Amino acid sequence: MTALLTKRIRTVSEKPWIWAFLGAFLVWLATILFTGGTGAGEILSAALAFATFSVIVGIGQMYVITLGPGNVDLSIPATMTFAGAVSMKIMDSQDVMILPGLVIALICGLLVGIFNYGLIRALRIPPIIATLSSSFLVQSCAIAYGRGIKIKPPELLADFTTTKIAGFPILAFCVVLLAVVMSVVLHRTVFGRSVHAIGQNARAAELAGVKVDIIRLATYVQSAVLAGLCGYLLSGFSGGASLNMGAEYLLASIAVVVIGGTSVAGGFANLPGIWGAALFMFLLVTMLNTFGLSAGIRLLLTGVIIVGVITLAGGRRE
Amino acid sequence: MSTFLPSPRLLRSLLPAFSLTVILIAIFYLQPRAMSYFGLNLLLNLALPIAFATLAQMCVITVNDLDLGIGAFVGFVACVGATWLNEAPLLGAAVLLLCILAYAALGALIHLRNLPSIVVTLGMSFFWLGLALLVLPTPGGKAPDWVRAAMTFKAPGLPATIYASALVAFVVHLALMRSSYGTVLRGVGGNPRSVARAGWSILKAKMTMYALAGFFGVLSGISLIGLTTSADANIALRYTLLSIAGVILGGGEFVGGRISPVGAVLGAMTLTLAGSFLSFLKISPDWQIGAQGAILIIVLALRVVINRTGAK
Amino acid sequence: MFESQERLITMDGVCKTFGAVQALGSIDLEILTGQVLGIVGHNGAGKSTLISILAGTQRPSQGNLKFETAASVLPGYGVNQAQANGIRCVFQELSLCPNLTVAENARILHPAIKGVGWKARARALISNKLQEIFPGHGIDPDALVGDLSIAKRQMVEIARAFTKVDSPIRLVILDEPTSSLDAVIARQLLEHVRNFVDQGGACILISHLLEEILQTSHRVVVMRDGGIVEDREASAFTRTNLVEAMGSVAKEQDGTQRTSDIRQSGEQVLVSLQPKGQSDGHRLLAYRGEIVGLAGLGGHGQTDALLDVYRNKGCTGPALREESVPMALVPGDRQVDGVFPLWSIAMNIVIGSMRQLTRGGLIDPKAEAQLAADWKRKIAIRTPDVNNNILSLSGGNQQKALFARALASNAEIILMDDPMRGVDIGTKQEVYEMIREEVGLGRTFVWYTTEMDELAHCDHIYVFRNGTIVADLAGAEVTEQKVLHASFEDQSKSHSSAKAPAS
Repeated sequence: MTALLTKRIRTVSEKPWIWAFLGAFLVWLATILFTGGTGAGEILSAALAFATFSVIVGIGQMYVITLGPGNVDLSIPATMTFAGAVSMKIMDSQDVMILPGLVIALICGLLVGIFNYGLIRALRIPPIIATLSSSFLVQSCAIAYGRGIKIKPPELLADFTTTKIAGFPILAFCVVLLAVVMSVVLHRTVFGRSVHAIGQNARAAELAGVKVDIIRLATYVQSAVLAGLCGYLLSGFSGGASLNMGAEYLLASIAVVVIGGTSVAGGFANLPGIWGAALFMFLLVTMLNTFGLSAGIRLLLTGVIIVGVITLAGGRRE
Repeated sequence: MSTFLPSPRLLRSLLPAFSLTVILIAIFYLQPRAMSYFGLNLLLNLALPIAFATLAQMCVITVNDLDLGIGAFVGFVACVGATWLNEAPLLGAAVLLLCILAYAALGALIHLRNLPSIVVTLGMSFFWLGLALLVLPTPGGKAPDWVRAAMTFKAPGLPATIYASALVAFVVHLALMRSSYGTVLRGVGGNPRSVARAGWSILKAKMTMYALAGFFGVLSGISLIGLTTSADANIALRYTLLSIAGVILGGGEFVGGRISPVGAVLGAMTLTLAGSFLSFLKISPDWQIGAQGAILIIVLALRVVINRTGAK
Repeated sequence: MFESQERLITMDGVCKTFGAVQALGSIDLEILTGQVLGIVGHNGAGKSTLISILAGTQRPSQGNLKFETAASVLPGYGVNQAQANGIRCVFQELSLCPNLTVAENARILHPAIKGVGWKARARALISNKLQEIFPGHGIDPDALVGDLSIAKRQMVEIARAFTKVDSPIRLVILDEPTSSLDAVIARQLLEHVRNFVDQGGACILISHLLEEILQTSHRVVVMRDGGIVEDREASAFTRTNLVEAMGSVAKEQDGTQRTSDIRQSGEQVLVSLQPKGQSDGHRLLAYRGEIVGLAGLGGHGQTDALLDVYRNKGCTGPALREESVPMALVPGDRQVDGVFPLWSIAMNIVIGSMRQLTRGGLIDPKAEAQLAADWKRKIAIRTPDVNNNILSLSGGNQQKALFARALASNAEIILMDDPMRGVDIGTKQEVYEMIREEVGLGRTFVWYTTEMDELAHCDHIYVFRNGTIVADLAGAEVTEQKVLHASFEDQSKSHSSAKAPAS
């Protein structure tokens, strides 16, 4: 029985991300078969461009989910909106302000992250509720701050986020790099190992010398900072911040983590899978659009796929 | 331990009623005209659907889960209510019954596969939203007349919402807090191992609670279209967050099966009033959700304070 | 009295294994009516597993349970059948629902209490039983269990097990029922148990208080290493021979008794802890280069003391600062406190030394592999490949990996939380040697152990009882008798004076 268990753990741990890429490929194939081959490259290019944003928040969410059952960051959409609105206003469409704007966006994320973990610790409430409550506040700040203004992003930023070289978005390239770096952090640093350890057994982690509190704080801060970055870039990409720009990223951030092969029970993370899952999610919508299906069917299938994947992937360890 | 000092438990159970009273007094102070049949009716207009959604959420929280799809579900029910239930009542009723069964099945799936409820219900929220758009692609439809009539019924003395809320709170209190099987259901939240050791089926309990959640979700959707007369797939998306906030305001805990149906209904009313209160204060509607978040945090902080003093 | 005894349950060759670990090896046991059966044994002797099988919460890996009342045998025996056969169990850990009232908890046990007026009936049922067993208990049946003191919860749990609605009660199993009760209440309970069996019931009593066992039981079973080593009339036992039967027989006195005089040589004090509740100023001290043993019966505050040292609470010593004295802990409960189940053996070892292996912010994979390979060799972990999953190891080898984790780190103080539980003798010998070697290299060990033999390796021993240090013995004066004496001493006295009546 132990051998079987080990074998199962191995097969799961060696290549869960393959499924996400395989799914993405199949969906893409189905789409271009339907169109008779036209637009194959464009679809891929668009998928890369849009998947980028899910990947950025997905990475943060993945670290949080890896901390173990009950850990999830629901404040990502609000943080994105807030950071996007604040940085757009600060930059005021001026190219020289691009860097200060970025710093401001990251600081917004930092503050939200610290606030989130402060709530978790001080009120001793589950992270879900803490990040939910704080997302209310942050969303309100974003609304109040960004009300009625539609500021265009600095031209340079807009260019940076939308330029493609031979159909390959520069931003996607940067985020691939980010994913590589974060993957190394995940597997080869004290921080990454500690996150894994806490997710498997928080008490054992503490007794093995892991600084549980600091690591958890860092993880929540990291998630919020990445959300801030994503809000900043997305505002540049879509011509300015809008008040519901984060909305679809709540599910997206969790879905790419789950579909990407990270264990929702914690303790096992998988970074390449996030890219595969993000591409899959976008290509799926594209496929359904191409087939001429309505928004209703699209949403319905998205839901079915997420529930299906999580059911197959299994849940918490006993 | 002296029985004369109010125990933390008592203080905590009084917190929901206290919050509601505070907010009512504040509203009456700011807007004396609200202290009338018409005023109260207007203020509490939307309280009933929110109360039902909160009770649905409470059922799921009782067994230590969380439902992030309840808002979309209520929206779907509203769409069905404004279309099929009106045009083909039997079909509509059958679909709604199916919804409740689907919720029970969801509970079974989550229990048997040991899945995290947040992810599953978040996925389901897309499922329900998609279904709702299929049933009613653009806002519209028409609520059945009997629903409309029920929801606009003018009761003597106080607005009908108040009577209805009180009745619902009382019935759910009887079912969960006073009935013998309700005790087992709450026990599953408190110590599932011990309940299983006594020979009860945890699966059955979870399915029951999820089915109840589906049932209250249906009531929420139906009562909502009775007020709005037409429906829209997105009509109730914010109910997900409101319902969680309502349960917590009402003294429920996220784990451990500690819930209070009466508190949940009071919590839902408090949240409904909070919106009006802020507008009377001339606070910009921008801060509406923020204020809900702040209320949530304050209540949770108060609880920590009460628990601490109790621990001493 | 013996005329009224008849066989109730027969266990026939019952075995239970958890993975590679054998918790119970071939148990043959008869449970008779009209009799209190006392079961004694050290931690990990298999008592809890035995009663879980009787209560139907665990299935035996092999063997049969036979009921004389019904022809119910395995397989398919579970909680429901246990209940139908009249078996009630009071588990050691609390199995009440803290969010329900006392009366509601009674209802959970009895599906038959339902319908109109169920609450009044449940209230009466539990109140009457409480009154019957613990006169003057002062427990409100409408109080939430979570609001009650531990003692009262235990009283409720016990009373609940004795309540009867429609199904009969034939056997009540009490696992350490008096652990949080004061002497008066404990006596009330034991009297009730005697009455219960006199009326034809059967009872299994597990307790670490030997007096309690000897006074209450008709028959005593001694368990050791998952087996039954003695099964005799209670009158055949005295405290002394009971203790002897529980201890291990093969005592190796290999003459390595350390008679160092570290304490006189002015070595640095690394650990100085005053346990919570210690009022006489006694402190747990560990000097550099010492092996300090924490002895006493299981669960008497030794683990808490270790954790306090680990978390640096209540420690005041001239040199005790976390930065200056790195510590590592070897957990005893591998599954709960130790192993990271998704990781390889190597990663499980390396986690204790991540910082030392970091070069330029990254953990050096070569150094990591090297460290794991070194320790696999040094501590002889039996595996073809350290990159295999940790769960592929047997329990003893998992424990070795946890030792390797602590020893491979830069810790100067190693805290050990009874790490040899359920470890085979060969592994033990290897580890003992390792520890001696490490002490020679200047490390300090604080070692909680429930195994008498292991105390022979210690320079200094603190015996714990009820969370406090009751004896402080230098290595040379350690004898099993002294330790046992201190662990069990003055039961009656400590019982009545240590705790105020449950309130």
